[in-house]
Amino acid sequence: MRHLLSTGDLDRDQATLILDTASELAQVADRSVKKLPTLRGRTVVNLFYEDSTRTRTSFELAAKRLSADVINFSAKGSSVSKGESLKDTALTLQAMGADGVVVRHSASGAAHRLARWVDGSVLNAGDGTHEHPTQALLDAFTMRNRLGRLEGLRVAVVGDVLHSRVARSSVLLLTTLGAEVTLVAPPTLLPVSVHTWPCEVSYDLDAVLPKSDVVVLLRVQAERMRESFFPSVREYTRNYGLDGERLGRMPEHALVMHPGPMVRGMEISAEVADSPRCTVTEQVANGVSLRMAVLYLLLGGS
Amino acid sequence: MPAGTRAVLDGPEIDRALTRIAHEVLERTKGGHEVTLLGVPSRGVPLAQRLARRIERVEDIAVPAGSLDITMYRDDLRLAPARALGRTEVPESGLDDRVVVLVDDVLFSGRTVRAALDALGDLGRPRAVQLAVLVDRGHRELPIRADYVGKNLPTSLRENVDVRLSETDDQDAVLLGPSRSRTGTTGTGEEH
Repeated sequence: MRHLLSTGDLDRDQATLILDTASELAQVADRSVKKLPTLRGRTVVNLFYEDSTRTRTSFELAAKRLSADVINFSAKGSSVSKGESLKDTALTLQAMGADGVVVRHSASGAAHRLARWVDGSVLNAGDGTHEHPTQALLDAFTMRNRLGRLEGLRVAVVGDVLHSRVARSSVLLLTTLGAEVTLVAPPTLLPVSVHTWPCEVSYDLDAVLPKSDVVVLLRVQAERMRESFFPSVREYTRNYGLDGERLGRMPEHALVMHPGPMVRGMEISAEVADSPRCTVTEQVANGVSLRMAVLYLLLGGS
Repeated sequence: MPAGTRAVLDGPEIDRALTRIAHEVLERTKGGHEVTLLGVPSRGVPLAQRLARRIERVEDIAVPAGSLDITMYRDDLRLAPARALGRTEVPESGLDDRVVVLVDDVLFSGRTVRAALDALGDLGRPRAVQLAVLVDRGHRELPIRADYVGKNLPTSLRENVDVRLSETDDQDAVLLGPSRSRTGTTGTGEEH
């Protein structure tokens, strides 16, 4: 493994290695010295063309716990706002000796392009509406921790699949790891190519919930919408929002996950968001361990 | 057994060596009340467990045993692709103010032990750290020595020491044979 661009590039052994490594590294959070010397002298650049507090901080903390030097490079207030291209920025970072570049970009495929221009490892931290591999990995990690397995798990991914980068990464990864994924969304919020994805598709949340072990809720990404995809927020919530009543119809052990940020009252009710079956904060904690695992596996060796 | 390989310790001899080490640990630590055993994966872990059971049998005290993975502290990480991590399990009693006995199968260059000392420093502050190994094959590259040795085994650098334990390999034996082709320089003492 040199880059992490798509979860589709991971075979079962590689994905399992990442999750196992993350399990071991999770212990670091409970130690008195929360730091490992593994990436001492290596430089990780966080190259963020889109605002992201959660993912950027998580990557930054993960790299710092491995003793790497971290440089945060955000589009605002940098050479990018003066008109520099992605390639020129990449070559600049290259010249500064970056061993790893964590990139978030609004254009799908940006991470793939970058991987051809730089010598170091490229970690895709979200490219447009395409992929967000570490989020899918940390979700799988959280499921495995809570439920003990992934093989045969029935996972429903509900919401704005069309604009989500998590959905594609999750479908590819979870399928590789033996889970069965069902996408649930209004037809307008599904990509046209969805029939080529290795998963089931449903428009009916209430039919899917009783036979799901995990439901992953996706935020409706209003900021990416230039047209109207559903009549009203209320109608969306009525059909696809998870409230306490719907949660009650799920199996006893079922989990509610959300990659964040949550919009309470829209895709998730406050009651569900605050229930112990909702793993949102756990996902954030697991995100650091998982990203440490990925950074170690990509940058730790020769 | 591959050609040119011979057993230098068989099962009963390994047993006797561990029993002797158990007694030595009790003697040196004056009863072993503060002792915590930490095995270095992979084969140090079952050895630490065996040693703990043996000490318990001799003195009727419970000795906490755990494991300490040193992968993230190795000095040769950049010479090979990233390795899978072993388990680190610190016993509930913790490591602060304990006499920690590190347990490994083969002591060679001493680099594994150097890494283990670094790892230990991030986990707590033991009162003392000691080292127990089943085989000391010499060729140290660092100023490190063992406190308890099962067998001193003079070897040449062209030889390979292979410790097999029933927990992981279906039999107990220490084998000495010709070196398998290795890449890079001398490793960390874990030459399997």
